Amino acid sequence: MTETSATARDAAPPRPLWQVLLIRPEMMTLILLLVGIFAGSQLSEFFLDTDYILKSFTLSAEFAMVALVLTLVIIAGEIDLSPAANMALSACLFAWVQAAGVPLPLAVLVGLGAGLAMGALNGALVIGLQIPSIIVTIGTLILYRGLAQIIAGDKSIRVPESFVGINDVMVAGIPLPVILFCLLALVLGLLLGTTIFGRQIYLVGTNEVAARHAGVRSARIRMILFLMMGLVSAVAGLMTASRLGSVRYDLGLGGELQMVLMAMLGGTYIFGGRGTILGTFLAAWLLVIVTTGMIVANVLPAWQLCVLGLLLIVSIIATNLIYSRTQR
Amino acid sequence: MTGWRSLLLRRETGIAVMIVLFCLAVGAVKPQFLTLNSLRIILLLTPLILIGAMGQMLVIVARHVDLSIGSILGLTAMVAGMMFRYAPEVPWPLAFPLAIGLGAVLGLVNGALVTLFRLPAIIVTLGTLSLYRGMTFIISDAKQIDRQYVPSALKAMSQTSPVFGIPWIIFIAFGVALLTWWFAMHTRIGRQVFALGSNPVAAPLRGINVTRVTLTVFAISGALSGLAGIMYASRWGFVNPSNTGNGFEFQVIAAVVIGGVSINGGVGTVPGVVLGVLLLGCVSAALPLLGIPGTTQSAIYGAVILIALVIDRMVRMQGRTRGTQRAGA
Repeated sequence: MTETSATARDAAPPRPLWQVLLIRPEMMTLILLLVGIFAGSQLSEFFLDTDYILKSFTLSAEFAMVALVLTLVIIAGEIDLSPAANMALSACLFAWVQAAGVPLPLAVLVGLGAGLAMGALNGALVIGLQIPSIIVTIGTLILYRGLAQIIAGDKSIRVPESFVGINDVMVAGIPLPVILFCLLALVLGLLLGTTIFGRQIYLVGTNEVAARHAGVRSARIRMILFLMMGLVSAVAGLMTASRLGSVRYDLGLGGELQMVLMAMLGGTYIFGGRGTILGTFLAAWLLVIVTTGMIVANVLPAWQLCVLGLLLIVSIIATNLIYSRTQR
Repeated sequence: MTGWRSLLLRRETGIAVMIVLFCLAVGAVKPQFLTLNSLRIILLLTPLILIGAMGQMLVIVARHVDLSIGSILGLTAMVAGMMFRYAPEVPWPLAFPLAIGLGAVLGLVNGALVTLFRLPAIIVTLGTLSLYRGMTFIISDAKQIDRQYVPSALKAMSQTSPVFGIPWIIFIAFGVALLTWWFAMHTRIGRQVFALGSNPVAAPLRGINVTRVTLTVFAISGALSGLAGIMYASRWGFVNPSNTGNGFEFQVIAAVVIGGVSINGGVGTVPGVVLGVLLLGCVSAALPLLGIPGTTQSAIYGAVILIALVIDRMVRMQGRTRGTQRAGA
C-alpha cells in the first residue's frame, strides 16, 4: 500500500484524527462499559461498591487472563478452543500428583509443564502438520477434558490448605487475581504495541504468506503463541484450583465461550491482523459488569447463557462492520 | 489405476479394515464381542450420531462447521417433550414435523448469520450453542420431561422392529444416510455443496448461488439435529434441559472426521461417514466389555479425532506428490 512509487495523489485522503481515535472497536467496548456501569448503578445502590465489583472480577480473572493471550493468537490468524480443557487437565494433574505425595512446588511445576506440553501439542499439529487450528483445538479440547476425566474420575480432588485462597490475598486492597490480570494485560499490551515481535504478530495475521516472504518467522511466532497459550491456561487452571479449594474434571467447563467472547467483544478481528490488548482488557471488565448486573437484577442463569451467546454474535457483527467501514 | 487398486486406496476401505481389525482384536480377548447381540448393541449406539453426522458432513464439506447441533438437539427434544406434556391431545407423530421444522429454522439462523454478515461459522455456532441451550432452560423452566409424558408408541420405536430384531430408529437413521447420499451425489445443489467447498472463490464464478447453498447445508444440519432430538426422546424416554444433546457435536465431529471428510472442504463421502460412525460405535461398545471405565470415552474420542486428522493430512500430502487429488466421489 505504501510503496515508494506511490505519490501523494494516489493515496486516499487521510481520515480526520477524531475518526481515527473514536471510530474503533475498543471505543464501542468502552461506551458499552460505561453504559453497563450506569445501568448497573440504576439497578441497585450496592452495585457501585468497588469491593463487590473487584470480588466479582476474581471469578472471571482466570478466563480473562487466558483471553488476553487468546487475543494475540487470534490476531496472528489462529484460534485456540482448548484452553478451558487445558485448565482442567493441568489443574487435575497438579492436584493428583500433589495428592500422591509430590511436594507442592514440584506439583505446581508439573501443572505448568503439562500446560506447556498441551500448548506444544496444539502448536505442533497446527504448525508442523499444517492442520487448521479450529479443528485441531476442537480435537484437543475433547482429548484434554477426557484425560482430566480419566485422572479425576467423577470425584473432586482436594488441594492442600496452604495452596487455597488466592482470591482472598489482598494487595493494597485489591484481590491478587485482579492484580495479576492487570499486570499481564500491561505486559502483553507493551509486547503487542511496542515490540518488533508484536508488530510481527499483526503481520502474520494480516497476510501469512507475505509475512514469510518478508522474512518474518511465522512458524516460530505462532508456535511461541501456542506455548504462551498453554502456559497461561495452566496458570489459570492452578488459580482456579486455589480459588475453589478442590479440582474436578469439569473445571472451567464451557470457558472457551467466555474467552472467545472477551476477545471478540474487545474488537479483535476474527480473521486476524487486528485487535488490541486494551480492547480485551475493557471487554473483560464489561463482561464482569454485565454478569454481575444480571445477578444483582436477579436474572436467571439460563437468560445469562442466552445473553452471552447473543453478545458474542452481536459483538462480532459490530466489529466486522466497524472494520469494513473504517479501513481499506 | 486399475479398479482394485483404486478400491484399495479408498478411504472407506481403510476405515472398514480398521473396524474389522478392531473387532477381531477385541474378539480375541472377549469372544462374546463377535456375536449378533453385540452387533445389536453397536447399532443401537449409532442412530443419533449417524443422523447428526449426515448434516455435519454437508456443513464441513462446504467448509463450515456447526457446533450448535447438540443444543439444537436439546431444544427440539425439549419442545417436542413439552408438546407431549402440555398438549397430550395433539397426535404424537406431529412431534416429528415440529422438531424437524424447528431444527431447520435454528439451522437457518446459523446459516443466515454466516452468509449475510460473512462471519466464521465456528464463532457463530459457538454463540448459538450457548443461545439455544439457554433457550432450552428458559422454555422448560429448567425442568426435565419425565418418562411418563413421552408417548409409549414413540419409545417403542427404539425397541420394536419390523424385521430381524432391528428397531425402527436404526432404519430411520440408515434411511437418512441413503437420502443424504442421493442428495450429495445426484442433486444439483448437492454437487454444488462439493464445488463450493472445493473452491469457494471459483464456485460463485461458475454461477453457484453461495448464499443458497450455505443456507441449505445449515438448514439440513439443523433439521437433522431436530430429527435426532425426537430420536433422543424415543431412545432414552426423557428430555433433560442440561444433559440432552450436551457434547453431541463432539461425537458427531469425531465420526465425520474419522469418516474421511476433509476439514478443508470439498471432500467427503456418505459411506465413509457411515463407517466412521460404526467405528465409533464399536469402540463405545467394546469399552465396557473390556472393563475400561466409561470416563475414558471422551479422551478416546479426542485422540481418535486427532489421529484421523493426522492421517488425513498424510494422505493429502501423498496425494499432492502423486498429483491425484480426488474431490467428492
